[in-house]
Amino acid sequence: MRHTVAVLLENKPGALTRVTSMFARRGYNIESLAVGPTERHDVSRITLRVDCEHHSLEQIEKQMHKLVNVLRVQELAPGDSVERELALFRVAAPAGKRAELIALGDVFGARVADLGPESLVFELTAAPEDVDSFEELIRPHGLQELVRTGRVGLARALRPRRSASKPVLV
Amino acid sequence: MKKQRMTGADAILRCLEAEGVEVMFGIPGGAILPLYDAMARGTTIRHVLARHEQGAGHMAEGYARASGKVGVAVATSGPGATNLVTPVADAWMDSTPLVCITGQVRSSQIGTDAFQECDITGITIPIVKHSWLVQDVEELPHVLKAAFHVAVTGRCGPVLVDVPRDVQEAELELTLPAEVLLPGWKPPRRGHPRQIAAAASAVAAAERPILYAGGGVVNAGACDELRELAEAGRIPVVTTLMAKGAFPESHELHAGFPGMHGPKWSNWALNKADLIVACGARFDDRVTGKVSAFAPGAQVVHLDIDAAEISKIRHADIPVVGPLRSVLGALAADVRASARPERTDPWLELIAEWRAAFPLRYGEGGAMLKPQRVLEALRDLAAGREVVWTTGVGQHQMWAMQYLACERPRAFLTSGGLGTMGYGIPAAVGAKAARPDATVVCVDGDGCFQMTSQELATAVLERLPIVVVVVNNGYLGMVRQWQDMFFEERFSQVNLTHSLPDYAALARAYGALGLTVESEDGLEDALAEALDAGTTVVVDCRVDPREHCFPMIPAGAAALDVVEYEPARDAGALAL
Repeated sequence: MRHTVAVLLENKPGALTRVTSMFARRGYNIESLAVGPTERHDVSRITLRVDCEHHSLEQIEKQMHKLVNVLRVQELAPGDSVERELALFRVAAPAGKRAELIALGDVFGARVADLGPESLVFELTAAPEDVDSFEELIRPHGLQELVRTGRVGLARALRPRRSASKPVLV
Repeated sequence: MKKQRMTGADAILRCLEAEGVEVMFGIPGGAILPLYDAMARGTTIRHVLARHEQGAGHMAEGYARASGKVGVAVATSGPGATNLVTPVADAWMDSTPLVCITGQVRSSQIGTDAFQECDITGITIPIVKHSWLVQDVEELPHVLKAAFHVAVTGRCGPVLVDVPRDVQEAELELTLPAEVLLPGWKPPRRGHPRQIAAAASAVAAAERPILYAGGGVVNAGACDELRELAEAGRIPVVTTLMAKGAFPESHELHAGFPGMHGPKWSNWALNKADLIVACGARFDDRVTGKVSAFAPGAQVVHLDIDAAEISKIRHADIPVVGPLRSVLGALAADVRASARPERTDPWLELIAEWRAAFPLRYGEGGAMLKPQRVLEALRDLAAGREVVWTTGVGQHQMWAMQYLACERPRAFLTSGGLGTMGYGIPAAVGAKAARPDATVVCVDGDGCFQMTSQELATAVLERLPIVVVVVNNGYLGMVRQWQDMFFEERFSQVNLTHSLPDYAALARAYGALGLTVESEDGLEDALAEALDAGTTVVVDCRVDPREHCFPMIPAGAAALDVVEYEPARDAGALAL
């Protein structure tokens, strides 16, 4: 079972290391991790995707709470949160295939961020599952390089209706 | 306090003084020179000069455990700091409050692989509650205030403050901070009343309840409350290695020590209970044995200050997270109001039967002095005396746990979680600094003795006299026992020999008294002389190396599958 956890931590030297070191030491699996600034200059936010097959989420949260720099730990439950990931894909794109690729990208809302004679770079911001789908779709066309930021998320303001929990694809 | 302009080094001392520090343990070196220079300018704090930073760290631990205050260790950068790593890890495992202050190379040199530079805050991240690399002299007062606060609030443990040399030299206007600014540090303040009520109901309903008391009871200063609870419900109490003395061992409700080398009847009592009330204990593998087979019929109430210990190893049916003193006090009051104490009589009788049926045993007779006999003699001679015991790690430690008697907390200091050989002598020096009126006795093994014996110099020169009783079997005895029992008697690299070094002669080289005991005949006289000496003494007791520590729950076995005493065997490879 995988869970997404948002961690607010003091923006202090070594704070991120303390979190990741604790995960390594206790054998917790991190599937993805994204860290960046927040609305407060002295607070950073980590969005973690953790694999809870061998350790309970509760145990992981409690261990994080013990770190002095950690201000808050909150699970982003699916359905109650918005999760997004940014990915860049460099795909082989000889002149004859460009139009097809761009049309494919349009379906997912992927933007062409760079265009060269032999390749193009798609930029896609979407729910992580949709990034997975796009990756799967684009791979046979000659995926040369791929970079993903790892998911980031925020809790939804209100309990969403089920149908709104997933962004509608064009 | 009036604002005063001073160096960072002087400010460190003023902050430590304001925290109530009376003794610190350390060794100077390049990157911590400004702090030692400030000491020379004057401080109310006594500095005990150790011979190895590991010794300084264990002294600070011994001081902390014997006094209930924070231990302070000081070291220079690089090797000085890395030598502190073992005591820091030890304090982490046993929840000992420790503030380590290390010098660091100048800020401008950090990251350049400068002489004696090492990233000690990085190295210690997994084994400290928190650490600070002070980058600006203005931060110092806040950092030190926070360091002492973190060390003793919530679950106790070590913290480290790394101070670059230029920060020690820089000047500031010192104002002692009134409060700690740590927005992310919120240890629990009280146990939930509903959970405590649920725990009380479980106690009232149980027919075979047991209190499983760990070191957290001692750290919380909750030994009186533990006793109130035990007496209110007439509930037997097992005390772990870290809690030895937390409940008086002469008390009719004391049910001994659980775990790998605990008496069989104690393990039976814990494992056959229908309700375990864990108090500041963490279901360590040395207590539980095979977790899936541990106390199969017991419901668990878990009282702990550390929420992360709840259901970490064993599921807690009723967790209570909070400071043990108030939690145990409230639970005792509830139990007193609701329980019918006589309901546990059959259970107490059953435990008494097991106790009578499974006494501790060891080999009698034979020409050689039995190690257990040394501990029995020490126990008897120490009766009626104010004694603080320390131990190393191994067979002698387990025999000390089994045979010595402790009526009070903070009188048995040992390395439990990390199992640090060599803990005993320096911890004894620290304990003596904390409890100058007590007789401090280190029960050591010959292997352990040789890891930290240099601190005898500290004991002698700092006038902190300790008694070191070396249970000398000439072997790394516990390793030998495992090789004998689980490795088909292939004794690999465990023979240290009885007579090299000559421990008594070594003691004399350090200006201490040295005595050698080779048979039962001179044992009591030598130990009595040592206890009365008033000076540092080493008593080298050369004991039978064939004697194993029993009973024993083999690692990974179920706690009920205790291996009882087996007579010593004459192994071919034995060199006496």
